[in-house]
Amino acid sequence: MNAPMIEVRSLTFAYPHQPPLFADFSWRVEREQAWAVIGPSGCGKSTLLYLLAGLRKPTGGQVRIGGQPLTRPRPHTGLILQDYGLLPWATVAQNVALGLRVRRFYGPDGRHAPEGERLPEEEIARRVDFWMERLGIAALRDQYPAQISGGQRQRTAIARTLAMNPDLLLMDEPFSSLDALTREDLERLTLELRAETGLTTVVVTHNIEEAVYLGRRILILHHPPHRQPFIVENPEAGDPDYRQRSGFQARCNRVRDLLV
Amino acid sequence: MTRTGRRVSLLDVGLALIVLLIVWQGASWLLDKPILPPPLDVLRAFVLALPQDLGRHLLVSAWRVVVSILVAVAAAVPAGLALGLSPTADRLASPFIYLLYPIPKIVFLPVVILLLGIGNVSKVFIIALILFFQMLVVVRDEAAGIRPELIASVRSLGAGRRAIFRFVYLPASLPAVLTSLRVSIGTAIAVLFFAESFATTSGLGYYIIVETWGRLAYAQMYAGVLAMSLLGLTLYLVVDGLQRRLCPWLTVGGEQ
Repeated sequence: MNAPMIEVRSLTFAYPHQPPLFADFSWRVEREQAWAVIGPSGCGKSTLLYLLAGLRKPTGGQVRIGGQPLTRPRPHTGLILQDYGLLPWATVAQNVALGLRVRRFYGPDGRHAPEGERLPEEEIARRVDFWMERLGIAALRDQYPAQISGGQRQRTAIARTLAMNPDLLLMDEPFSSLDALTREDLERLTLELRAETGLTTVVVTHNIEEAVYLGRRILILHHPPHRQPFIVENPEAGDPDYRQRSGFQARCNRVRDLLV
Repeated sequence: MTRTGRRVSLLDVGLALIVLLIVWQGASWLLDKPILPPPLDVLRAFVLALPQDLGRHLLVSAWRVVVSILVAVAAAVPAGLALGLSPTADRLASPFIYLLYPIPKIVFLPVVILLLGIGNVSKVFIIALILFFQMLVVVRDEAAGIRPELIASVRSLGAGRRAIFRFVYLPASLPAVLTSLRVSIGTAIAVLFFAESFATTSGLGYYIIVETWGRLAYAQMYAGVLAMSLLGLTLYLVVDGLQRRLCPWLTVGGEQ
């Protein structure tokens, strides 16, 4: 399959009665690439992510994921939001299983759930246990979101998404409400998971260091309307110790200059 | 519950009960009139009357309340969810709710009795009507208050309208229903008592007002009052217990 993972063709988008955020914007993301999207508040970066997730429709142009035009949330795309999106009335284990239960609710119809995927109870339990172990939250399985920390909630949200075997992971400021140490911990975890699973990732952030650490390519959104993608190559990203290397600060400064 | 939300211990409740009984006994001695019998007389009357007509009336009253609750829940949950989910429906219904909600529905009791008779139906109807309005508003607000980010998150898992209803809105309404129910039990019993105190021939209200008070059988009257109090208390504890079991996440502590 040579189709790019994400292909944005002449995208135009504006909220009702608002000036356009994107005007004839085109952009490509190839498979297994690691992107960061950064820009000032209100520049439309979260909107871009929602468009890629199929939660909003373009007013003009087209978004194609995996070679297919996008009309609704795609079963193989995972979305992590800033606000974790956990059900407050479900335990950690139940939350991690939620995506799989939704899939079973619809059956493998190709729209809400991938075709041909069988999800008996043992398979759901197996995947849930596996990803809770991998994310280090297995001990919390019977706790409720109100009882665990912000970092643990985000790990739960990540486990929930990965349990569905996505090939594309979209993250909208996933760590911005966490303290610095937890944030760096989860950023490192993101790198590990990417290396293990070969996911294509797009991380929206307003944090320059996070963008430089996570994004091998960085899309910079200045002020809307966005027409041409402005991309910074950042080939050293992916190294878990990149922060300590000499080139890191230089790259951050370059991105900072470009943002102004 | 204390102000800090800690459960009151069984021991403390037991002690409070003993104190109340002592005060009651003391007042009865002081007054020395048949209209305030001592606790033991009332207890004796209660135990004697329970297998006979008191028990029958208690069952009738309990049946009426339970059926009213079920009817109210069956009506209020779908209606509340519909209003919470659909801004158009809410906009249409809001003026009616605004007008009807503040009216104490009990004033419609004579109308209800005229239209529905003096049997069980009119009682169930008026109680269910009152409970319905309480629950409707709470369920609606709960559904409308669900954060859009939560919905977006669940939608991104592939959930369409049906799954969101099943996995988000329906479970979200459960604590709302139980809380509004818990708060309304007292009112429901009060309305039942009032509805049963005229134009009827069964129920605890009838027993208290007509069969005992009306015949100056004071100990039996107090037994009836005791029965009605126990009915309210039991219902409250059942709903509270249900909420504790079905909604454990409401009472867990934790960091934010």
